[in-house]
Parts: sequence; C-alpha cells; structure tokens
Amino acid sequence: MQGLAPYVLQRLLWAPVILFAVSVVAFSLGRFAPSDYVELQAGPRASNETIERIREARGLNDPVYQQYGSYVLNFLQGDFGDSIIYRGVPVEDVILPRVWVTVQYNAVVILLTFVIAIPIGIVAALRRGTWLDPMAIGVFLLFASVPVLVTIPILQWLLAVQLGWLPSGGWEVREFYGVEIGLLSKRIILPVLILTLPGVAGLARYMRAQTLEVLDQDYVRTARAKGLQGFTVVSRHVARNALLPIVTILGFELAALIAGSIFLETLLGIPGIGSYAFESVKSRDYDSIMAIVLLGGGAFIGANLLVDITYGFIDPRIRLGGEVR
Amino acid sequence: MAYAEASTPAWEQPQARPSPSFVLLRRLARRRLAVVALVVIVVFYLAGILAPWVAPYSFREADFGNIFAGPSWEHPLGTDRLGRDMLSRVIWSAQTTVIVSGAAIVTGGLALGVTMGLLSGYAGGRLDNLIMRLADAFYAVPTILLLLIITATMSEKVTDFVRNVEEWTGIGGLVSSGAPSYLLIFGALSIFGWVGMARVVRSQVLSLRESDYVLAARSAGASTARILFRHLLPNVSNIIVVALTLSLGAAAGTEVALTWLGIGIQPPHPSFGVMIFEGSGLSNLNAHPSLLLIPATVLAALMLSFNLLGDVLTDILSPRRR
Repeated sequence: MQGLAPYVLQRLLWAPVILFAVSVVAFSLGRFAPSDYVELQAGPRASNETIERIREARGLNDPVYQQYGSYVLNFLQGDFGDSIIYRGVPVEDVILPRVWVTVQYNAVVILLTFVIAIPIGIVAALRRGTWLDPMAIGVFLLFASVPVLVTIPILQWLLAVQLGWLPSGGWEVREFYGVEIGLLSKRIILPVLILTLPGVAGLARYMRAQTLEVLDQDYVRTARAKGLQGFTVVSRHVARNALLPIVTILGFELAALIAGSIFLETLLGIPGIGSYAFESVKSRDYDSIMAIVLLGGGAFIGANLLVDITYGFIDPRIRLGGEVR
Repeated sequence: MAYAEASTPAWEQPQARPSPSFVLLRRLARRRLAVVALVVIVVFYLAGILAPWVAPYSFREADFGNIFAGPSWEHPLGTDRLGRDMLSRVIWSAQTTVIVSGAAIVTGGLALGVTMGLLSGYAGGRLDNLIMRLADAFYAVPTILLLLIITATMSEKVTDFVRNVEEWTGIGGLVSSGAPSYLLIFGALSIFGWVGMARVVRSQVLSLRESDYVLAARSAGASTARILFRHLLPNVSNIIVVALTLSLGAAAGTEVALTWLGIGIQPPHPSFGVMIFEGSGLSNLNAHPSLLLIPATVLAALMLSFNLLGDVLTDILSPRRR
C-alpha cells in the first residue's frame, strides 16, 4: 500500500482546484457577458430607477471578486439565486426535485449498461474469428455511432406511436414514505431503453478490446497449460483483469448521460434537470444555468475522483506514477 | 518485373524504405470497410464544399404549391413543410458541418493542440506541468454544459462584435449572412478541441525528444521553434492525422447537437441539427417520416464512417499489431 496516500491526497487536492476554475468561468460568463441581465430580471416595462435598485440590491455594483465571493458563499449554503422562468421561486427549489428525477432513470441506465455490456463484450471477444464476430462488432459500432437525438424520435415513434407498446413520454411518480419514485411506472422504460442502447454498445466494444488484450497475456496461456477448465480461466483470469480499466469508463459514461438527458428529457417531456437546462438556456435564466453547470460539473468531477482513487487501489502501477519496476 | 527487382542486390536499391505515411495509406487500403468509410466522408465533405454548385436549389427557395412532396425528378428526396428541396437542404447542411467542424479542427486541433503538445512534450518541467493540468481541467468538465453556457451568454457579444467589424471595414451583410452564429460555435468548439490533440502529440514528442536527430539539431544551434516545427512536427504528422480524423467527427456531432438545442446555427441557415429538430415532432413523424429519416440517415452514416475509420487507423498504428 506504499505510495497510495500521496496519490489519493494529490487527487483530493486537485478536485477543488478544477471546481474553482469551473465556477469562475461559469460565474464570469453568466454575470458579465450578457448586456441585459438585469433588464431581463426586471421585465420589459421597468424604469431606469427600478433597474438601478435591482443592481444595488443584488450587489452588482460591488467589485467583481466580492460578487464572486458572495455568490460562492450563498451557493455553498444552498442558496442558488432566483429562477427567472418560475418568477420569484428560488433556483434550488426548482432544481433539486428535477435532479432527483434525472438521477433515478440514469441510475437504472448505468446499472443496466454495465450488467448487459460486460458479459456481451467478453463473449464477443471469446468468439473472435467466428461468424458472430463481425456481426457483433458491426452492431456495437452502429449503436455507438448513431447520435441520441436521432434514436430518440425514431424509437419514440416506433414503440409508442406505431406499435403502441409504451407511453410516448412524460413522467409518473408514486409516493413511498414521502419520497416520489418514478421507477415503477411504465413511462421509465422508453428513456432507459434509449440511453442504454448506445451505452451498452460503447461499453461492450471497449470490453471486447480489453478482453482481447488479456487473452494474449502469458498468464492466461499458463492457466490454460495448467489444464484449468475454460470457464475457470475466463472467470478467474481473463474477466477479472479485463474489468480493471472498465472502471475508468464510468467517467465518460456519465458525461454522455448528462448530454443525453438534455435531448431525451426535452423530447419526451420528462421534468428532469436536462429539460430544465434547455429551458433556462432558451430563456436566459442565468442563475439556473450557473447552478446546473456547477452541480453537473461537481457531480462529474466527484465521479472521476472516485474512479481515480478506486483505480489507484486496484492497480498498483497507477499510484507508483506509471514507472515500471 | 518481380524477378528483376529480386535479382537486384540490396545495396544497389535506391532508398527502398517507403515513407511512413505511404505505409499508413497502403495498410489502410487493405481494409475494405475503412475505404468505404473514407469514401463516405470524402463525398460528404466534397458535397459540402461544392454546395453552391452541386445543390439543385437554394436552401431557402420555397415552393408553397408543392409542400411535403414525395420523391420526383425535380426533387429526388421530396420537399419539406415549406416546399424546400430536401436534397438541397441536406447538401447545404453538409456545408454548415464542413465549415464549422473544419474551422474548429484547424484552429483548435491543429494550431492550438499541436503547438501545445509540441511545447509541452519538448520543454518538459513547469511548462509541461502547466499545460497538462490545464488540459486536465478542460477534460474534467462535461463539455456540453460549458458549451451551453458559452453559446447562450456570448451570442449577443459576438453579434455586436461582428456588427462593429462591419462598420469598421465597410463590408456589408455579415450579420445577416449568419456569420456570428458560425463564428460563435466554431470558437466554442475550438476552445475544447485542443485537449485530445495536445495529449497525443505530447506523448509522441516525449519519446522523440531524446532521439539523435533532435540532439544533432540542438548541438548545431537550432532554435527551439525550429526544432519543434522542422524536426519534430514532420515525425508526429501520422499521429496528428489520426487524431484529426477522430476529432473531426466529434466536432461535427457537437455542432449538430448545439444547433438542435437552438443555440448554434440559426435558421434559415440549414444544419442537420435544425433539420432533425424540425422532423422530430411526433405528428410530423407520423405523416412525413422522411423529414427526419433523410437527415438522420446522412448524419448516422457520417458518424459511423468516422468511428469506423478511427477504429481502423488506431488499429493500424498501434505498435502491438505490427
């Protein structure tokens, strides 16, 4: 375990620095780029005095660093500012229930993606050279390549309108002990299906490549030579080692999901954080946009931090700085 | 002929070793699928570049007496809700994709990315650390979120800027031609386009830094810039081509996504984002599926080709497979 502590420490110290950079960029873009930030808040018929009063009240006449400081302090205390779309409602009250909706179906997507893609990838690698191989590669490549904004309307039309198997969109919740849960509704099937398909294809492709790498290794040949059963070799030696780098894919997967949910929720009418991001960009709701960027960035950085640290635990080469000993 | 070659003694053959890029091309030509993918990409980009001459109609030429028409001799792919020729719209959309992805790759990938990678790999030490941490920071944020906020907040500034340029230079019609939205989206894309390229180039330069010819150039008194661009750059060009191919596809995809969200290219200028968005409504899709299927198929074919080509190129270049 020697050398692990500095590695983890370095990663832990690095995450806040990136978050700081992101917050500065988001803040300066949101506060200073648009000429009509306050006019938007005040409405079209506001007089100059009203606008000046809002400027003063919001601290927009203070020095820049002071504005940034108070924004960050407020943000950390859970005060994200006021929404413009829902006039007067605090952003956090709008955003948090929506985050919960998005988290629910995305959790299902991630789980399904890993459970389905890993065995498929391993089997595809073991069947290399048979007639199944080019077909598998082709199907993976096809589904990983087609953008979600193409698959969403096509699957929606096919499964909901033509075949009538699923509701065409929306979100339905049931209450369990005061928590609104949308997992048990039929409406979750379509979004999960749409996001799982490209995820599975991408991950299975990666898993296949990893497994092929491991199959070439000497220790696999040794295991075979010892006379171990095929299944034991695959499960004990091949799968375990091929799975290691898969952890890192979680980061990419998350970024794809964040982007995917914007399109998905907008087209399917799901009241999650993605559709709200779209709405707030369209109506220039800067406090909301900033909160979404910071929360999304934070979640992404946090997930990658977790991945890095886990990987450091699993693979000793990483924490030794990549040196070959 | 083969016999004659074989009979020539090895020491008399003039420079038998072909150049690395020739080897790359020859390996590529052996993969049939990769060639098909390359052809698809080349046709797409040619159509985009030659759009003013190839497209049968203008992208805004509406024929209201002939809306939602099926395929015919005048309109091979039919017409849309305003009677605009679908084939022409697809070709003009290709032009948008070509302009935006091409410009973003040239500035972000080639100019910024390659320079950063060369510098970072060759200089090492503090500069290397700084550049790579910067790359880490860019990598650590979901791109779509920052692109969203940049394009949403900066669009007015960019329009103002272009308007000023118009007044200064006296060139009219820049704003009305939609130049601001092209400028904005290409700028936003190139800010994020350099990271992958810089990393790839850096790792390659790291291994070439200690080679004899760099040492020789340095001892002959060559400047850093000369070593970087005359000695190191030609030797990493293969890697650059592959990285460019991969990021060209990514840039094209992002442009479509941003335009779909309504913050990229503004109508009536055509883009696959606009076309797909317009074709995506359920009632529209039920009555006229071709409005979605045509741009979707073209876009999907392009993305598939980029991924396929990228796969084959990485496969060919990976040292294990040699």
